[in-house]
Amino acid sequence: MSRQGLVALACLWIAGLAGLVSWGGQAAEIPLQDRQSGYQLMTPETRAMQDDDAANPGMLWVLDGEALWQRKDGRANLSCADCHGDARQSMKGVAARYPAVDPGLQKPVDLEQRIEMCRTEKQQAPPLRAEGKDLLALAAYVARQSKGMPIAVVEDDHTRPFISAGREIYERRQGQLNLSCANCHDDNSGKRLAGSPIPQAHPTGYPLYRLEWQTLGSLQRRLRNCLVGMRAEPYAPGAPEYAELELYLMWRARGMPMEAPGVRP
Amino acid sequence: MARALINVPATAKPGEIIEIKTLISHPMETGYRVGYDGAMIPRDIIANFTVTYNGDEIFRAQLSPAIAANPFVSFCTVAKESGTLTFHWTGDNGFTATETAKITVE
Ligand code: HEC
Ligand code: HEC
Repeated sequence: MSRQGLVALACLWIAGLAGLVSWGGQAAEIPLQDRQSGYQLMTPETRAMQDDDAANPGMLWVLDGEALWQRKDGRANLSCADCHGDARQSMKGVAARYPAVDPGLQKPVDLEQRIEMCRTEKQQAPPLRAEGKDLLALAAYVARQSKGMPIAVVEDDHTRPFISAGREIYERRQGQLNLSCANCHDDNSGKRLAGSPIPQAHPTGYPLYRLEWQTLGSLQRRLRNCLVGMRAEPYAPGAPEYAELELYLMWRARGMPMEAPGVRP
Repeated sequence: MARALINVPATAKPGEIIEIKTLISHPMETGYRVGYDGAMIPRDIIANFTVTYNGDEIFRAQLSPAIAANPFVSFCTVAKESGTLTFHWTGDNGFTATETAKITVE
């Protein structure tokens, strides 16, 4: 987002502060059956935009990703397709179980990071620019292959410590406004913050096209937006806190259908 | 090259009213924004969009800086005969893009 945009967002959120002050104590986690995608809070026009492949701007990135999937690159001179074949089969359901704990690194990597690993290690090509067009396009193309499938991040011995770490960040008050993610997204979801309805923060649609951004963005970008809105210091790009938060959020949204590429206001 | 998405029904009956949808990737930079260096970011928009149906112009739009990035334009026309629709966008900095779509009318 542009600097002007960030300032505007911060001002908007400060305007909402009057409302925050009256918010009561911490509520419990949202029961599984009461979970709701941010899609549900959108206007009929914005929903129609997401639903129609001919109107969803995220599809422009999906098409770019499809072309990149076939492009040979790097010292290995291999395309993604040379190893993975037809993405419609090989990548089906993959995005629904990311972030995943990488056995070598012993830590969670999100979809964009996983793609970068293939790019640098398997293709032996220079890394793509974080939040750049090509990486978002590949992520959108891969994520699209899971559209409609239930989010399948599971809690097991590998993921448990990182899900707990993500939950701890989610529930921790931070920033100049002394708010936690849970204060907004668990305790006050469905209410309004200034003009915007507060969603439950289920990352069902990423990477997604945000009308405010006028472009496609990753879940990490969304999290940075919320951190800035809380007047907290965003973690450094690629910091482990993002993958932990993403893992916790995906686990919290387990079973909900994937929407990528989503559209959000 | 700009990526565009065109949606034209593959077949239609003669005289049928058909909806055509177009989406093209473009930043639509307004020319009114200030960059990180304090300087104005120069305008960079798609200014014109025309559609022809077997050579006849059936739709024309002039776009303004107020239009969002990745403009989506949809309109209706009457399916008269089989043939080709040609979509043509032009704009600042010599921007041009052309796409075609076929339709069978029977
Ligand atoms: C030289 C072969 C090779 C190339 C080229 C390659 N990959 Fe991979 N990729 C693999 C292998 C092997 C794995 C399994 C994990 C591992 O061994 O690192 C994998 C895993 C993945 C995964 C995770 C799959 C899962 O089930 O968790 C994704 C996503 C992926 N690759 C995307 C890509 C993309 C996008 C490209 C092109 C930019 C690409 N790969 C290029 C070999 C390759
Ligand atoms: C002051 C309230 C507030 C706090 C605190 C907050 N958010 Fe948000 N969040 C919002 C609002 C409002 C939106 C909807 C978009 C907008 O208007 O900015 C949103 C959107 C989101 C979304 C996108 C949901 C979707 O449908 O795509 C995610 C994910 C998210 N927030 C995660 C977080 C996380 C993680 C934290 C803590 C680091 C956090 N938020 C802190 C208010 C908040």
